[in-house]
Amino acid sequence: MADDRRQPLDVRIDSEGREGLTGTTPASVYQPLQDVEQVTVAPDGRSMELQPAWRTDFPIDWPQDHYVERRDFMKFMVLTSLAFTVGQFWIAAQNWWRRRRGEPEAVRLALVADVPIGATRTFSYPTEYDPCLLVRSDERTFVAFSQECTHLSCAVIPDVAEGIIRCPCHEGLFDLATGRPIAGPPRRPLSRVCLAIRGGEIVATGVEERTA
Amino acid sequence: MSVNRPFTRAQRATIVNGMLAFVLMLVVLQLWLLTATMNAYLGGDRSVIWPAAFASAVCLLLNAGLLRYLYHIERTRR
Repeated sequence: MADDRRQPLDVRIDSEGREGLTGTTPASVYQPLQDVEQVTVAPDGRSMELQPAWRTDFPIDWPQDHYVERRDFMKFMVLTSLAFTVGQFWIAAQNWWRRRRGEPEAVRLALVADVPIGATRTFSYPTEYDPCLLVRSDERTFVAFSQECTHLSCAVIPDVAEGIIRCPCHEGLFDLATGRPIAGPPRRPLSRVCLAIRGGEIVATGVEERTA
Repeated sequence: MSVNRPFTRAQRATIVNGMLAFVLMLVVLQLWLLTATMNAYLGGDRSVIWPAAFASAVCLLLNAGLLRYLYHIERTRR
């Protein structure tokens, strides 16, 4: 017996290919509709007959092009959003790591007698990668600050006579007595190194970071 | 009776424009959060770090949800 693979006739009105027809006329007798999403539209919206020849030769589906570029830009923005979130958690990880290290130990910097009034000394605290400045402004006053500018980490230079600390990179100025910014791009004060005088020695006991 | 038809290209373009505006606002908010948190962290203020990280993660989830919806309407287009 021959294998008959033909489909049985479906006489229902709503069968495939006959949707919307009210009679028994097959759908193939009608002109198929053109998919409007496949029609090329020029940027000015006019028909292709009114476009210059070069645009007819190199037609671009502008609505589709606009859609795709916005979609890809949105993907890029979501990737940027991911990067910002990773940055936030990186800060949190840095904070956790810093807490884990604990407070820095006290370190002897110099003898009081070795720092004359108006003189400055450089030292590293709390690690060898943290350069700092020690300034003796009068008989009993010592101040110490981080030497890294709070703008872009350039090394700052003290000017004891003027009472300022200057950043040569972008002309940032800090107050020598407090370390607070007084001019230029820096917005945060210099980190202050806490000092103590113990037995005629100047001792660094900690670092105070400030936002204002 | 509601008809669950796929979006046309013009409708999808409108949707992606709206989503893009929302995503851009969230990304700008995240940028502000990141710079403010970095400034606070470098200044020794640790209290804002975790709330800011949580807020940034929420923004990322919103953005990722919108992107997922965009992929969804891409899949169901005619």
